Amino acid sequence: MSSRDNILQNIRHNQPSSKELPAVPSFRAKSSPDLRKLFTAALKELTGEVVTEPPPDFGKFLKKRFPNAKTFCSVVPEHAGNSKPEDFARWSDASSIDVTIVRSPLGVAETGSVLLSEEEFLVNTIGFLAHDIVILLDPADIVENIHDAYLHPHFRDKAYSLLMSGPSGSADIGGVTVHPAQGVMTLTVIFWPRTERQ
Amino acid sequence: MSVVDQAQNAVAFMEDKTHEQHLDQLLWMMRTRRDEAASRVPEWEQLRDLASQIKEHTLSNLGHYLEMFESRAEANGVTVHWAQDAHEHNQIVYHILSDRKADSLIKSKSMLTEECDTRQFLENRGIRVTETDLGERIQQLDDQPPSHIVGPSWHKTTQDVAHLFARAYGSDKDKADPVYLGHVMRENTRVLIEEGKAGMTGANFAVAETGAIVTVTNEGNADLSGNVPELRICSVGLEKVIPRNEDLAVFIRLLTRSATGNAITQYTSHFLAPRQNGEMHIILVDNGRSSRLGMEKFWPSLKCIRCAACMNTCPVYRRSGGLSYGSTYMGPIGIIMMPTFDVRRYSELPFSSTLNGSCTNVCPVKINVHEQIYAWREVMEQNGQIQLVKKEAMRAAGEVLSHPRLYRIAASSAEPDMKLLPHFVLYNHFNAWGRHRDVPQPGKETFHDWYKKNRISTAGQEIT
Repeated sequence: MSSRDNILQNIRHNQPSSKELPAVPSFRAKSSPDLRKLFTAALKELTGEVVTEPPPDFGKFLKKRFPNAKTFCSVVPEHAGNSKPEDFARWSDASSIDVTIVRSPLGVAETGSVLLSEEEFLVNTIGFLAHDIVILLDPADIVENIHDAYLHPHFRDKAYSLLMSGPSGSADIGGVTVHPAQGVMTLTVIFWPRTERQ
Repeated sequence: MSVVDQAQNAVAFMEDKTHEQHLDQLLWMMRTRRDEAASRVPEWEQLRDLASQIKEHTLSNLGHYLEMFESRAEANGVTVHWAQDAHEHNQIVYHILSDRKADSLIKSKSMLTEECDTRQFLENRGIRVTETDLGERIQQLDDQPPSHIVGPSWHKTTQDVAHLFARAYGSDKDKADPVYLGHVMRENTRVLIEEGKAGMTGANFAVAETGAIVTVTNEGNADLSGNVPELRICSVGLEKVIPRNEDLAVFIRLLTRSATGNAITQYTSHFLAPRQNGEMHIILVDNGRSSRLGMEKFWPSLKCIRCAACMNTCPVYRRSGGLSYGSTYMGPIGIIMMPTFDVRRYSELPFSSTLNGSCTNVCPVKINVHEQIYAWREVMEQNGQIQLVKKEAMRAAGEVLSHPRLYRIAASSAEPDMKLLPHFVLYNHFNAWGRHRDVPQPGKETFHDWYKKNRISTAGQEIT
C-alpha cells in the first residue's frame, strides 16, 4: 500500500465522530465606519505610511521621498519609471530595484493590508527584493475587515496572492519590531482613485 | 534516548539571572499585547469558538479534506507527495533537490522541518541550507534548535546576538543594536537568497477548497523562498488543512493577535500554483498525527495553530526557556504534543506546569491544554513512569490534603518547625522549590485559625 493510502486509511480509522462546520458571519460594524481612517491607523501600527491625496507631481514626489533612488520599477500608468518587471528575466535580479510602484486592487481597513498578486507585480519578486515600495490604492477599494477581503477573486484564481501590511520587519532580537529584514525597507500607500479605464 | 529532565535543564538557564529576567519580561510583554489586541475585537470570544469548531469539524473529516486539498492542488499544477514519517519526508525533499541538481536551499521558518530534522539530513548530503528568518538564522549559526515557536531566539539577549554575529560575520561585537544587527543579517543572507537553487516553506494553513498554502511572516521570507528560485517545496503537517477561504479569515484574525498582539503580520501569503516557469511540490506529512487523531483525550492538540500564546503566558516556560524542554515543541503545547512522539523520553514534561489554566484561557482555538497536561500525568502514573521521590511526595500530599484534620495539624506544626529547622534540612535536593528561591516565612497563624476567630459568629455555626 502507498504512503498516501496508508495515511488516509489510518486517518479514517482514527478520526473522531463528525462535528458540524459552523457558518462564519461577516462581522461588519452596524454603523458605517470611516474605512480610510481605520486603514491609515492600522497600517501605521506596522510602520507603513499613507499619503491621503495623489501628489500633484508624482515624479517630484518620488525624487523627494527617495533621494538616493536610481531605479524606479513602475507597473502603473501614473508613472513611467525607468524599468519594467519584464527587465528581470531572472527573478532574483529584481534586487537592483530601488523603488517599486504598483497598484493594489484591495485594501483592508481592519489590518491596513493591501492585496497584491502576479497580476499586479507581473514579476513577483519586485514586491520584496526592491528597497522600497509605493502602492496606489483607490479608497473605494477598501473593505472593512479580513472576512470581506477573502471574498476577492484573487484568492481563488491567482498563483500567488499577498496581503501586505507594512514593510518587512523582524522582532526576533529583543521582541521589538525593527527594520531592516529581508524584504522592502519602507512601504507607502497613496490614496489614488482609479481612472475609468483601470 | 534518555528521559528529558526539564527541571534540571531549566537550572542551567536560571543560573544566569539576566537571561531569566530578559525572557520573562519579553514574553509577558507579548502576553499583555495579546490581551490588549483581543480586547479591541468585540467578537473575539466568538472567533475563538468558531476557530475551535472549524478545527474540530476538519479533524473529524480529515480524510475528506486532505483528498479535496490534494485534488485542487494537483489541478493547479502542483505535485503532491505524502510522507508517513520524518525520514520519508526528508527523502522526498532530497530526491526533489538532487534530481534537479539543486545544491542550495533557502528556507523560511518551519516547525515541521525542525520536527523532521530536515536541515541536518540535507546538509549531511551536501546541500547548503540557509534559514532566512532572522531568529531561525541566529539559531542555525549558534547550532541550536528554536527555543520558541514564534521567536526562535528570544531566549538570547541583544548582546548575545551581537557576539554571535561578530563570530559568524565579523561584525562589531559591542554594537548590541537590533537595527545594526538586522543590517548585518540582511547583507550576509541576501546574496544567499538570490543564489538559492530551491526554496522551502512550511505552511500555517492549507485551504482545501482552493489548494492554496498560506504562510504568515513578518519578514517576507516565505515570499522570498517561494518566489526567487523556480523550484519551491512546501512541507505541510496533515492537521494544517482547513476547509474554506472564509474559515481562513477566522484564523488570520486570531493568529497574530494571539502571538504578538499585532492585528496581522506584514506578509500573509497565498501560494496556489507554481510561479511562472516554475515547479511547486507540496509534501503532506503524517509523522504520528494520524495516530494522535485516535487518542480520545489528546487529539484536540491537533487544533494548534502555533501562535505560542500558551508559552508566553506560562510561568514555567517564561522562566526556564524553551531549550530546557529538550524537544521540538515546547511550553504547554509541547508538553501535550511531545509524549505522542515518544512517551518515555518526554514522560517528565507534564510535570513542568503549575496547572493554572492560563494556557487554556489564551488559546485561540480553545485547546483544553491544562486538562490534557493533567491527563498526561495520569498516563505517566499508569505507565509507571513517575520517579519514586515525586510519586511518594504526591502520595503523601494526597493523603494530607484529603483529610482536613491531618492537613490542619500539618499546617500548624509547619510554622514553628520552619522557624527552628536548620538551613540544610529545609534546602536540600529533595526541595526542588527551594533550589532557586527562599521558602517564604510562614504567617503568624493559619488561615483556618484566622477564619475561626473572625467569622464564627457571623457564620452561626462552628467550623471543624
